[in-house]
Amino acid sequence: MIKDITLGQYYPADSILHKLDPRVKLVATLVFIVSLFLVKTWVGYVVATLFLALVIRMSRVPFSFMVRGLKAIIMLLMITVVFNLFLTPGNRVLVSFWKFQITDEGLRTAAFMAVRLIYLIIGSSVMTLTTTPNDLTDGMEKGLGPLKKLHVPVHEMAMIMAIALRFIPILMEETDKIMKAQMARGADFETGNLVQKAKSLVPLLVPLFISAFRRANDLAMAMEARCYHGGEGRTKMKPLRYESRDFKAYGVLGLYLCAVIAVRVLGNYVRLI
Amino acid sequence: MNMIEASRVVYEYAHYDEDGNIDEIKRAVDGVDLDIQKGDFVAILGHNGSGKSTLAKHLNAILTPREGTVWVDGKDTKDEGKIWEIRQSAGMVFQNPDNQIIGTIVEEDVGFGPENMGVPTKEIWERVEESLKAVNMVKYRHHSPNKLSGGQKQRVAIAGVVAMHPQCIVLDEPTAMLDPNGRKEVIRAVRALNQVEDITVVLITHYMEEVIYADKVIVMDEGKIIMQGTPREIFSQVEKLKSCRLDVPQATLLAYELKQAGLKLPDGILTREELVEELCRLKQNT
Repeated sequence: MIKDITLGQYYPADSILHKLDPRVKLVATLVFIVSLFLVKTWVGYVVATLFLALVIRMSRVPFSFMVRGLKAIIMLLMITVVFNLFLTPGNRVLVSFWKFQITDEGLRTAAFMAVRLIYLIIGSSVMTLTTTPNDLTDGMEKGLGPLKKLHVPVHEMAMIMAIALRFIPILMEETDKIMKAQMARGADFETGNLVQKAKSLVPLLVPLFISAFRRANDLAMAMEARCYHGGEGRTKMKPLRYESRDFKAYGVLGLYLCAVIAVRVLGNYVRLI
Repeated sequence: MNMIEASRVVYEYAHYDEDGNIDEIKRAVDGVDLDIQKGDFVAILGHNGSGKSTLAKHLNAILTPREGTVWVDGKDTKDEGKIWEIRQSAGMVFQNPDNQIIGTIVEEDVGFGPENMGVPTKEIWERVEESLKAVNMVKYRHHSPNKLSGGQKQRVAIAGVVAMHPQCIVLDEPTAMLDPNGRKEVIRAVRALNQVEDITVVLITHYMEEVIYADKVIVMDEGKIIMQGTPREIFSQVEKLKSCRLDVPQATLLAYELKQAGLKLPDGILTREELVEELCRLKQNT
């Protein structure tokens, strides 16, 4: 049952987005998130929507997969909308009942906040759906490479992430095994209130931790036996290299950012809405 | 020159009590001399706690001896500066297949060793290709290790070591966690490496069936080497093996019992085929 959780939610497909260098995708996601906080007007949102739609179309990932990520934030989304809707002061009151009132300003902020959050999730989903976890760590290691000069342990961080990704399914299987072994001997993980449920997890976590440490110890020894001695002097089996499509992608990204900034700046002079 | 040489190696584990004082010192390896030639297939036998795994870890400088010296390809394992050379020339495969695979894809794991050694990218790919071929796992190169069987995972681990172009591979109970089919797969791969690629193999095990193909068998008990010789020499001493809680291969045991019962069989029969042949000859003569 636990094994069914997919990690990194990669969706294999043959698209230009899948082939792009992970660094491009990381930068693009960052730029897109920043741009969402730059836009303040309807026109800005239209630009962002067009860009997102284009990217989704190019990724060849079914739209339903993109929306899946939204389930996790549905509560957050509702709270944000409700608070903004009722508690924003404004000039024109549209509806008013008891102590609450909905103003034109409130309606606008609520809508903008909702769109912003939804786009945020969809935007980052596009990246995780089109990039394997391995590529992602590789991209981070290479992309953050300049930080090495500031003594940030970039290689070590990427290695930790890669190993974590490798061991998550193994540890999940192990959790499943321990759970079944304890259930066979009468342990109860399902009934009781929250406190009781949490308490029943302790006998599960202790053996899991012990085994995780043992595995870590074994793995460290195996890595040393295979000459691992940090990032120094290490070569790559699959080195990341920019290709012409990556530069084109950066170009498109630059154009998008310019458009968003232009809309923002122009919006200060011309009141479009 | 010898591939691996050890002289009077001693290694001790200290047990600490609750206050952090040493309350007991256990000698895991106690004055062991080794002499392994290039191209040999050596098996080290012993029951649990006989010190065979501790000895194995000395052969690629994961542990260094408290007393005595280990030389790998002429290099002293205590020499810090040569530690990576030693680990490259004597690769090691461990017991648990899950805990020694680092990559999330088979071919990436095989490339891990060469990456660490700073081998150029193009050559890494060549090495990965030939190593996977050597253990017959090319088909699975794009698979996730989590989806492989135990025997397949262990063969990936062996490929990972082979890709480092070692002269010697030390396998520390590589089949202990596998089912009988997985055991056969792994042993077949190891024998092929020894015969085709001429890699020295040190196989640590407590399965007798895996030992009969070795050129030389070393039996350990309580940190000491108690027997040494060809499989035939070792298995002709059934009584002595039993006294140190070791089994003998089934065919050998049957031959031994038959001989006790009065049949004229030679000592040190190792396989079922040999036993059948000897029994047939016996029948013809009578």
